[in-house]
Amino acid sequence: MNNGWQKRHLLGIQGLSATEIEQILTTAASMKEVSQRPIKKVPTLRGKTVVNLFFEPSTRTRTSFEIAAKRLSADTINLTANTSSLTKGETLVDTARTLEAMAPDVIVVRHSVSGVPHLLARWVRCSVVNAGDGMNEHPTQALLDLMTVKERKGKIQGLKIAIVGDVAHSRVARSNIWGFTKMGASVRVAGPRTMLPLEIERLGVEAFDRVESAIEGVDIIMMLRLQLERQDGAYFPSTREYARFFGLDLQKLRQARPDVMIMHPGPIHRGIEIATEVADGPYSVILEQVANGVAIRMALLYLLLGQGNEDTNP
Amino acid sequence: MGTFLSGVFGWKKCPHVGEFMQTERKILDAEAMDRALSRMAHEILERNQGAKNVVLVGIRTGGVFIAQRLGAKIREFERIEVPIGIMDITLYRDDIALRNKTPQVRATEIPFSLDDKNVVLVDDVLFTGRSIRAAMDAIVDFGRPQTLQLAVLIDRGHRELPIRPDYVGKNIPTSRHENVEVSLKESGKEDQVLIREGSVE
Repeated sequence: MNNGWQKRHLLGIQGLSATEIEQILTTAASMKEVSQRPIKKVPTLRGKTVVNLFFEPSTRTRTSFEIAAKRLSADTINLTANTSSLTKGETLVDTARTLEAMAPDVIVVRHSVSGVPHLLARWVRCSVVNAGDGMNEHPTQALLDLMTVKERKGKIQGLKIAIVGDVAHSRVARSNIWGFTKMGASVRVAGPRTMLPLEIERLGVEAFDRVESAIEGVDIIMMLRLQLERQDGAYFPSTREYARFFGLDLQKLRQARPDVMIMHPGPIHRGIEIATEVADGPYSVILEQVANGVAIRMALLYLLLGQGNEDTNP
Repeated sequence: MGTFLSGVFGWKKCPHVGEFMQTERKILDAEAMDRALSRMAHEILERNQGAKNVVLVGIRTGGVFIAQRLGAKIREFERIEVPIGIMDITLYRDDIALRNKTPQVRATEIPFSLDDKNVVLVDDVLFTGRSIRAAMDAIVDFGRPQTLQLAVLIDRGHRELPIRPDYVGKNIPTSRHENVEVSLKESGKEDQVLIREGSVE
């Protein structure tokens, strides 16, 4: 039986098998206990170095990676775009190769352009983890969402999930569509037509124009943040109108099952895509998602770095 | 065409071809194991003057059932339920970087305080002592026990660290190439301890 982890990088959910996702979730469930101890640190990754290379603003993801690395005793270094040499005109590949020369073990990268982690992975010898690339993927977010669902519902297979909002600009949506369909859930998306990619059905999802009909009968509702920083044109008349038609409030929530679970990748826009009463309500698992994020990232760092010195893995 | 080819090449290899004949010796049967565990439970009670301040922590995976057996013995002798924890030492191992395969991490479950307790670490087989070193490091992260003691069903020698058990079911001289296999009813087998020739790892 070979249940060993084989991948050197985590670039997206698209490239993972259901078995690999399952292995990450199982490992993360064990890692969660470490964060509940009086001394929240284990020596596993002593002497390893994790570089967080963030070209886009981030609080929760960067902090979460940093905490995860530190709980496993790895050293962390944070580089953000405005404090790095990129502002001096260095190319991305040159920055990566410079970092490489200092022998890190993992580079965690976030960038506004899709595919940057994939490019880095071709140039460096250490592991690369995608912490969000443009509109493509945000794999660790999808993994922590899967973990939260599995914890709450006991399974993923056979569940129905509605992803609501700015699907077109959302890497979280894309990673979650891959993740939930691979694990056997059925996925619906809803949002203004301007924010649903053409032929989104080809990813194996059902598209809805109205939130009310999309959330009927689903087990999970996942609200997406309006990605105003990625929108390059007029996708909707006003945020007020958006909130009225696509924001999740108590009125619309009546269409949902009484035991529905509500998720949001954060940061939340209260009163726009999610009403305050809903975000803070009993169905909301938003803060559990954050807690699970640390466990998922610990599991990934452990799996990527724990496979020894053999340089044979692609 | 596809079905035809898979029909031709779909034959299965016999799983037993290529395995060597193995010699094995039984060193403890069910009764001897039970007697050894009874004696160990009595020794734990004697040394700690009863069970009041004692907690047992079984090391995954082999130590967990042994800890539960000792717990049951103590309940039988003293009518006291001692807390039993489960410890996974994977995150404390010193050989993770030396292995090709990442060992599976399992949960540690110690839902009680270890402060000022007499903590008895329990494992099935004591060999190099490296697992116990890892377990001791882990225990320290959970609290400050009054004492930390070690109970093992089998001590097979070949220590690589200065570690000595406090309670031993049976001392068995072995060669490094032999394997000691503890099987228990809890995992659907017969209660017994075997020594086999040849090394798995």
